Amino acid sequence: MTETISIFIGVVVLLGSLLSLVTTIGLIRLPDVYTRSHAASKSATLGVLLILVAALLYFWLADNYFSARLVLGIVFVFITAPVAGHLISRAAYYTDVPLWEKSVKDDLKTKARHEPKKEIEKRQKVHTEA
Amino acid sequence: MKVNDLILQTTTTLLTFIIVIFSVYLFFAGHYTPGGGFIGGLMTSAALVLLLLAFDKKTVQNALPFNYLSIAAAGLMISIITGVIALFFDVPFLTHTFGYVELPLLGKTALTSTLPFDLGVYLVVVGVAMTIIQTIGENE
Repeated sequence: MTETISIFIGVVVLLGSLLSLVTTIGLIRLPDVYTRSHAASKSATLGVLLILVAALLYFWLADNYFSARLVLGIVFVFITAPVAGHLISRAAYYTDVPLWEKSVKDDLKTKARHEPKKEIEKRQKVHTEA
Repeated sequence: MKVNDLILQTTTTLLTFIIVIFSVYLFFAGHYTPGGGFIGGLMTSAALVLLLLAFDKKTVQNALPFNYLSIAAAGLMISIITGVIALFFDVPFLTHTFGYVELPLLGKTALTSTLPFDLGVYLVVVGVAMTIIQTIGENE
């Protein structure tokens, strides 16, 4: 493994860990669920992907071992992380988690058949009784 | 409320294949690398749980009509039989052998009698995990 390649791999790992750091800062600093999920699902995915790619390249070039598991992991994280973010945001929206107070637009409010809060409470009550 | 789970269901149909393939890989890798029957079985039941999360129980039961309790029982049976077979060769119970076999498609392959034992463990883990989850998951 040449010097250039090891420096390149180091840069990729550092970039990935920096992106993960940015994710955690976003999780602390951002105001509501939706913006936080935006931070968590995007930059964390890219951060993990970069670290995995660097690990793949390292084992490939240093030990001459091509890890199919890492490729599978890259594909898997790339598919699942955004879907998880989508599902968390959707669950939050349909359980009436409020938007940030400075939000200006909520297109889904008129489009989605929005269940009144009373209905949800009623269903939860039935659920706990059963 | 009518729920629209299109994104979840589409990704689930794709991901279940990846998870099942990885669990089979883990199962066969167990002899030389980390893995084995237990973690492979848990991974397979994770794929089945993902299916149960995305679709309702009836759909999954129609697609995969298994009785998980019988699967667990069959796994126990296989493990015991691999132990009992050793008794016929005048060696202690659960003695395992190892050898190289020429297979038609794969060529020279290392085969060991711990593999069917591990298959038993795998089936027991899948059967027990799915039985527990389906029993808890039922409403009534």
